[in-house]
Amino acid sequence: MSTSAALRFERSSATREPRWVKWTLITIALAFFAFFLLLPLISVFTEALRKGWDTYWQAIIDPDALSAIKLTLFAAAISVPLNLLFGVAAAWAITKFDFRGKHFLVTLIDLPFSVSPVVAGLIYVLVFGAQGWLGPWLDDHDVKIIFALPGIVLATVFVTFPFIARELIPLMEAQGREEEEAATVLGANGWQTVWRVTLPNIKWGLLYGVILCNARAMGEFGAVSVVSGHIRGITNTVPLHVEILYNEYNFAAAFAVASILALLALLTLALKSWVEWRMHAEARHIPTINIPNRG
Amino acid sequence: MSSASIRRIFPGFNLSVGYTLVYLSLIVLIPLAAVALKAGQLGWESFWEVISAPDVVASYRLSFGTALLAGLINAVFGLVLAWVLVRYTFFGKRFIDALVDLPFALPTAVAGIALTALYSSNGWIGQYLEPLGITVAFTPLGILVALVFIGLPFVVRTVQPVLEDMETELEEAAACLGASRWQTFRRVVLPVLLPAILTGFALAFARAIGEYGSVIFIAGNIPMVSEITPLLIITKLEQYDYEGATAIASVMLVISLLLLLVVNGLQAWTAKRTGRSR
Repeated sequence: MSTSAALRFERSSATREPRWVKWTLITIALAFFAFFLLLPLISVFTEALRKGWDTYWQAIIDPDALSAIKLTLFAAAISVPLNLLFGVAAAWAITKFDFRGKHFLVTLIDLPFSVSPVVAGLIYVLVFGAQGWLGPWLDDHDVKIIFALPGIVLATVFVTFPFIARELIPLMEAQGREEEEAATVLGANGWQTVWRVTLPNIKWGLLYGVILCNARAMGEFGAVSVVSGHIRGITNTVPLHVEILYNEYNFAAAFAVASILALLALLTLALKSWVEWRMHAEARHIPTINIPNRG
Repeated sequence: MSSASIRRIFPGFNLSVGYTLVYLSLIVLIPLAAVALKAGQLGWESFWEVISAPDVVASYRLSFGTALLAGLINAVFGLVLAWVLVRYTFFGKRFIDALVDLPFALPTAVAGIALTALYSSNGWIGQYLEPLGITVAFTPLGILVALVFIGLPFVVRTVQPVLEDMETELEEAAACLGASRWQTFRRVVLPVLLPAILTGFALAFARAIGEYGSVIFIAGNIPMVSEITPLLIITKLEQYDYEGATAIASVMLVISLLLLLVVNGLQAWTAKRTGRSR
């Protein structure tokens, strides 16, 4: 933990800096933090409330805002479970088996992180759009993907693709295969092993991945913007609704809706810190049971 | 034991690997292949014409320049922030540590409008910069501010675990041998941290090049001056110029693939230098 590292190094004059260096560095760090993180966060809320609670409330219960919230929740409710299932399957495949091309597979899973969100939206337009590969066929069968809900879900799935797998792979790698091997030797079948051994072991990592995945899914802007078509009340997610209000110079309403997303971000960070704390608590707990006489 | 018999200890090899490959192909690989195919249809000459047009070249310069500068700023201040969070105890440390990840959690559009409000001529920060002749909002400087914001956690979060795992012995030895604190930092600590700093820098840089949401509000989007490359893709799409959009997107894709390889290499180096996995 960070506190113990600080104590370790601050104890001896050989491993600590003079006081003035320490406080200069802390001041620089705090100033950087304040200007680039804290002030933007605070300004969201002050701008949102600039015209009073009444305007704030009106902006949020506006039918277009409510339908945007519904759409965002819906898109996240589909894309997070899809990527959760994928994350567990991919982590199981990569950490429990040895096969050729494994490292390459891990790199491919990371790929969506390095693709620009705008390009992520574009690729689905190229496949499903009016001029795309499947465009004419979809048109004949009256299926709308681009500028409709499926496109928004696809773009969201793409940008959140690696989150859960990325969290689980190193965790399951570190845990090894012994417990699952023991379960198999004792006669458990595959699903029993996953359900009773693996999942309880990775539950915090899983939750961590889900929290981050969900935050990105609800907040994605660029990719969704390309495929949404910006139809008010129909294909507008919350971040897109913020953009429309802002571009109409309706700043108070834009920041009011944005403040919901900022609250969501704060909730995400709080949950994330809590999960990290639980993980540390359990990690510290295990060695005292397993290795009682060490040392 | 042959690898085939190791693999059979657990059930579900075909199911899990198969599902991973099918899902990966459907969501990521096949749609990405569409970019290559569409760009290929364009023909080399018209492809080159699109990607070397003056406004497109200006956007590369802007996107690269600001992303590079933002990455450097984050490398320096991210290191200071990580150092302070690991090595010192002070009031509010936990709070700051938790909030460092804000750019990951805060939707980019929200960050974009918040930064614009702060740095515009009547904003909290902008009003003090304006008399000094510094205009941030709606200039390339604004893009830099947005990119520093979204790249901030990368260096902090790659350096922090390495700093936490460092033992006191090395620095104590350096002090015993008569090194000053600054010499110890430069000769002993920094070499250990360097791969992690570079990894964080590369991650922040890669993210900044493709960033869209937080930038477009504060950029002003003046042609040839503050138009980033992703914005040009959007503009071309809005004009139904799918070929043009795809050509520029393919350039960006090649760059992101190269950066992905660089980051992988750097992470392997970090692991080797510090003995950490990942």
